Amino acid sequence: MARVVQYLWLVPAFPLLMAGWGAFLRRDRRRTAAALAISGVAVSWLLSIVAFLTSLGARPIRQTWSFNWLDLAVFSVPLGWVLDPLTAIMLLMVSFLSLLIFIYSLGYMARDGNFTRFFCFMSLFAAAMLGLVIANSLLLLFICWELVGLSSYLLIGFWFEKPAAAAAAKKAFITTRLGDLGLLLGMLWLYSQSGTLLFYDHGRGCLEQSALARLAAGTTLGGMAVSTAISLLIFAGAVGKSGQVPLHVWLPDAMEGPTPVSALIHAATMVAAGVFLVARAYPLMSAGLHPAALQVVTWVGAVTALGAAAVAVAQNDIKRIIAYSTISQLGYMMLGLGTGGVAVGMFHLITHAFFKSLLFLGAGSVIHACHGEQDIRNMGGLKKLMPWTFATYAAGMMALCGVPLFFSGFWSKDDILRAAWSWPVSVVPFVLGVAGAFLTAFYMTRQVSWVFLGQPAGPASAARESPPVMTVPLLILAVFAVFAGFLGTPVWPWFHCYLNGERTPLEPAALVAAPQLTLLLLSAIIVGLAFFLGWRIYANVTWQSSRQTDPLELSLPALFRLLQNKFFIDEFYAATVVRLNAAFSRLADWLDRVVWQGVVDALARLALLGARFSRAFDESAINAGFDAGCDDLRSAGGFLSRAQNGRIQRYLRLAGLGISLLVLALIWGCA
Amino acid sequence: MNTPLSHYLLFSALLFGIGFAGAVARRSAILVLIGIELMLNAANLNFIAFWRYGPVAGALTGVMFVLFSIAIAAAEAAVGLALIIAIYRLRKTVQVDRLDTLKG
Amino acid sequence: MPNEIAFCLIAAPTAAFAVAAMTLRRLVHCALCAAAAFAGLAMLYLQLDAEFVGFAQLLVYVGAIAILIVFAILLTSGDEVRTGSSQFSPAWLAGLAVAVLLLAALALALLLSPSLHRLAPSAAAAPVKQIGQELMTRYVLPLEMIGILLTGALLGAVVIAMRDEPEVKPPASKRADPKETTSLP
Repeated sequence: MARVVQYLWLVPAFPLLMAGWGAFLRRDRRRTAAALAISGVAVSWLLSIVAFLTSLGARPIRQTWSFNWLDLAVFSVPLGWVLDPLTAIMLLMVSFLSLLIFIYSLGYMARDGNFTRFFCFMSLFAAAMLGLVIANSLLLLFICWELVGLSSYLLIGFWFEKPAAAAAAKKAFITTRLGDLGLLLGMLWLYSQSGTLLFYDHGRGCLEQSALARLAAGTTLGGMAVSTAISLLIFAGAVGKSGQVPLHVWLPDAMEGPTPVSALIHAATMVAAGVFLVARAYPLMSAGLHPAALQVVTWVGAVTALGAAAVAVAQNDIKRIIAYSTISQLGYMMLGLGTGGVAVGMFHLITHAFFKSLLFLGAGSVIHACHGEQDIRNMGGLKKLMPWTFATYAAGMMALCGVPLFFSGFWSKDDILRAAWSWPVSVVPFVLGVAGAFLTAFYMTRQVSWVFLGQPAGPASAARESPPVMTVPLLILAVFAVFAGFLGTPVWPWFHCYLNGERTPLEPAALVAAPQLTLLLLSAIIVGLAFFLGWRIYANVTWQSSRQTDPLELSLPALFRLLQNKFFIDEFYAATVVRLNAAFSRLADWLDRVVWQGVVDALARLALLGARFSRAFDESAINAGFDAGCDDLRSAGGFLSRAQNGRIQRYLRLAGLGISLLVLALIWGCA
Repeated sequence: MNTPLSHYLLFSALLFGIGFAGAVARRSAILVLIGIELMLNAANLNFIAFWRYGPVAGALTGVMFVLFSIAIAAAEAAVGLALIIAIYRLRKTVQVDRLDTLKG
Repeated sequence: MPNEIAFCLIAAPTAAFAVAAMTLRRLVHCALCAAAAFAGLAMLYLQLDAEFVGFAQLLVYVGAIAILIVFAILLTSGDEVRTGSSQFSPAWLAGLAVAVLLLAALALALLLSPSLHRLAPSAAAAPVKQIGQELMTRYVLPLEMIGILLTGALLGAVVIAMRDEPEVKPPASKRADPKETTSLP
């Protein structure tokens, strides 16, 4: 296993190499670009399988490999990677989903002119995400975190000629940046307190016992434990990246990017990075006697779960509904992490990755078939025209709603609700979670009714089933959406035991034990009720145009408008934060143009004045003096030369005069 | 009555002055040359006088000097007169105030 | 012992001839007066017991140099009387003044020196044998140098004064006229 861990860096290295190579390809080399990207991520997938198999029965369950990245005399910065069950399962999921979505993109992006650039950026993203997952050092994780953010920016703004896409990319980057600031501060604080950024380092790492004890013991402002404060800062990064309230505003706008991007990045992997970070830092978050950080995580998750689900009810864009659904499900994951631990949250992450990307790819298939139409009110009756898409989409929808027993989403959501029910602090998150589940089923029914049921209308009437290159990944994902749940049922909790490094028992009786049975029945009732309500309101209505008002809007106009406008959070931000920022930038601009420019101008003028004075002095004093001297010399020379008139008698006269004077001088000297 | 040395010396000084005056006051180059010869002769007289009135008359220093001086004067006069002839051939004049091409 | 009267008798005409040599109008007269002055000086040498020098003076100066001067006068048509242009150079008065100054300075130097009243010692002789011996022993180098000098002067004088003969050129090139350009080597 040590050999596998040492060469674990190969997993992100291949997609990175392909990204680098792809960056230099010409625009028309589409086949080469696609081949490079897909082969790179396929190799990563195979290597991930090797890593997963290695970690299955390994003792110890966690092995690391570090090296000195920066070695100065006074300090050194080590980097490294770790192979434990958390890493292995994430590697497998990320590489597999990347492979499927890359194949899907062959069909979806076939008409696009920037094919090559797309695959280059997607490879870069895959490399960064895989690097994030294997990181044993918070520094390496942060580096890959930022790279993932960069890839997201590049891919959201892929069609940058559209102003909306460019604005959405900017918004995504800036909003996540606020979260990243918290992560950076937390990282610095952690380094200063524990002296290392390696997570696991044979007992010296910052997530290991000795460091955690020290961190939990120290207190900071407000009586908070140091570990809690650092955890909250790290959680701030997760809030930004995973779209939790209040930094969720970028995710719906990120739908401006191509649908494969939404599927891979904004459903399955990048947004899951925040959840992964909390899972990775879980020892830190749960350190001490009263881990307050986990409480914050739970409350934030619960509020997000319900709030986003509510907003999704009133949206009309097919991708935006799924985006708010993603935000809501991420809230569930945070809720699961906070109340139940790493295994609960991660299980939902894995199942959600499959069915959410399935939903996005299905939506992409629909959009592709309707030639770019994204408003669900302009679709309908696609059930007959696109049967495969409908079947797989329905499977994904069932999984998302948590239809009991046969769909993966049920088991993972069930885990979360069970953990929330038995949370000692409060039962409110459980209530919020149940309400969110109801709304989830309701809005998915609404969406499926509008898109697939009824009669074809408008652009939908010309739709045809998508090519196999797009439907086969949908099928594969649908299989996982159904069967992945069986990895973590209470009867056979393989997933949870694998993450904790224990053997998995087989307990058929757990299914009918007391809280489990009640919750199962409760979930079934909630979901059934929501389906019924949605069916009643939306299923049999045929739409003539998108101008018709939603039946829900007719009955609850004020509430509907509130939800449709996303609780006016975007407007609130624009009026406060954005305006403040704009004011600051105007101030800075004024400062730069007037004050600093003035100083520079004054200095320049001073220098010019000095120069002019120097020149005047040079010309008048030095040149004049020099010129005068030269003139004097010349005139003296002229005088002397004029004395030579070429007549020897004058010379002789002068010689005689000289001799007589010499004689007289000698006489005078001697006498 | 014996003549003191000073008379010879004064006489030679007088000859020297006459020769110099002629050299600087006459126009013809030949007369300048004659003046120069007179100056040389005055110097020779000085030497002989000092030899005669000197303490050690056995050493013939003055006489030897004068002999050599006479020889040199002869050579110099020959060359100088040749030059004058050459100049006359070129410029058709031997007036020294016309020979001023080396003026500054 | 040189006699005062004899000295005066020799010196006075010599000085007069010298003045005449410098002031007469016709160059031939000047040359002859100069020769006479040289002869007077020779007599003074004889009076001073420097017999060899005196005769050498007569031989060289009167016999060679004066004749050379006469030749030069004749060859350069210096004897012709020119009307209009003066015999004296333009700044002759300044020259005369300088000469007088020079004379005054020399006289002053003499009069202030202790040589004023030195009388001649009793015997002084310059026998020719001794002169010859000296020439061959002590002054042999200057003797040789003088020989070379005289040879050079002879050759130089001939070359300088030589008239350039026109060379016989081959019929193809132009025939050069005999020019009076001096090519001083």
